[in-house]
Amino acid sequence: MAELFIFFEQIYRILFLLIPVLVSVAMIVWLDRRVWAFVQKRRGPNVVGPFGLFQTLADALKYIFKEIIIPASSNKIIFILAPIVTMTLALIAWAVIPFSETFVLADINVGILYLFAVSSLGVYGIIMGGWASNSKYPFLGAIRSAAQMVSYEVSIGVIIINVLLCVGSLNLSDIVLAQKDLWFVIPLFPMFIIFFISALAETNRPPFDLPEAEAELVAGYQTEYSGMMYAMFWLGEYANILLMCAMGSILFLGGWLSPIDLFPFNVIPAPIWLILKILFLFILFALIKAIVPRYRYDQLMKLGWKIFLPFSLIYVVLTASFLMYFDLLPGN
Amino acid sequence: MIAHAIVFYIFSLIAIISAIMVTVSKNTVNSVFFLILDFISISCLFIMIGAEFLGMIMLIVYVGAVAVLFLFVVMMLNVAQQKNEWFNSSGSSSHIPVGLLVSIIIFFELIIVIGGWKYKPELLDSIAIEINTDLTNTQSLGSVIYTDYIHLFQLSGMVLLVAMIGAIVLTFRQRSGVKRQSYFKQISRDRKDGIELVDVENNKGVKIDA
Repeated sequence: MAELFIFFEQIYRILFLLIPVLVSVAMIVWLDRRVWAFVQKRRGPNVVGPFGLFQTLADALKYIFKEIIIPASSNKIIFILAPIVTMTLALIAWAVIPFSETFVLADINVGILYLFAVSSLGVYGIIMGGWASNSKYPFLGAIRSAAQMVSYEVSIGVIIINVLLCVGSLNLSDIVLAQKDLWFVIPLFPMFIIFFISALAETNRPPFDLPEAEAELVAGYQTEYSGMMYAMFWLGEYANILLMCAMGSILFLGGWLSPIDLFPFNVIPAPIWLILKILFLFILFALIKAIVPRYRYDQLMKLGWKIFLPFSLIYVVLTASFLMYFDLLPGN
Repeated sequence: MIAHAIVFYIFSLIAIISAIMVTVSKNTVNSVFFLILDFISISCLFIMIGAEFLGMIMLIVYVGAVAVLFLFVVMMLNVAQQKNEWFNSSGSSSHIPVGLLVSIIIFFELIIVIGGWKYKPELLDSIAIEINTDLTNTQSLGSVIYTDYIHLFQLSGMVLLVAMIGAIVLTFRQRSGVKRQSYFKQISRDRKDGIELVDVENNKGVKIDA
């Protein structure tokens, strides 16, 4: 009986995390479009609900009632599996994100590795979707996306090593607590910039949205998808973007910590700080979408392998020798 | 404890079934997907016995990188259609002895592994390094690999480096006539290099070296 009780308690806690995440994904789509419109001096979605806040819900409702078309020549099982994989992977990663010292679903030892692993699995949803569609544009999009995501994962991995050198633990709560005195964005500022750009590439955001470049590939791997399956791809993508923002704020911007430990700041509850930091990073994502033109594919690869990878490797050596020389290595 | 056992059997069942499906399934892409499922369930098993670092690295390296390349190659080559022809052709029978040899070796290795369970207590006694249960296994792995086994670790890194260079050398082709973009050249170009003023004589035209 006690086990059953624990089981239901866990389910309750999972729902308490997942439903806010899903709602905020819907809101973030609205925010993205509003920021984009603001930069281009348009109004953006402003009709449904106050400030157009319910626009995404209206869109989602439309997608639910649309017909799901499965191409006759597709591999049906994998075709249906692909959006499910994308969505699931985007959501399970939230299990380890610490919203405050106590408010975390799974406080595991290798939290950052788990996040990294889940985000590296994200490529499967796209490859599966692109291949199973059995059509030229989706396949091209899938191949581009796979190469792109694998390349930028490498530099994200090296950047994570930089942070880990300063922390001495793979636990996400430890990473946040290690930034109590100094956020890592200050000593590791170049790494923060590279992380941010790699996160753009990892989530297929403009200017690196080559997998779905509409001028060349119609809609890339999503071309053959319709109705709810398309919406799931879309939700998964935005959940992934939010996740990358959360990862950036935990690694570099001090997670749930307040910027200064003084009166008006430290009464604000910890989760609010994390949410504010995620929003800040997301608005940067949205601004970049609005102002930067799309990269060419060879430029993208060159940037990843020939500039980011060597630079972040050199920075690992620098960080390690700095910590060693001044005897700042954690755990001593 | 019962829940632990149930979850263990679920994961190992998935691992075994998907391992069988890798070899059985007709479509090559499907067997790669089963291979990925196998990797994932095995990494879950690793996590269950408390080796969370190994499990996560398994996910990152095998599923996140190696299997993606597998999938890439299999999808690009479209092996699914060639496979049946290959099996039916007369040339395939010459590979049977080699396959048999490999499978016999693997079979005996499996017997050794299974036999090893019997001697597990003796094996645990003969371990050179004491297991410190207070540390997390990431920490203890790091403290062993980078101190006592540093030479072996460096050596395996060297082997990987050589393999990487070998792969690059094998696939690298210098093609002529390919136009490449060089940012340095592009930025350092000024008006002198780009524009030439020529006095053109009437009715003569001009010959410009390209």
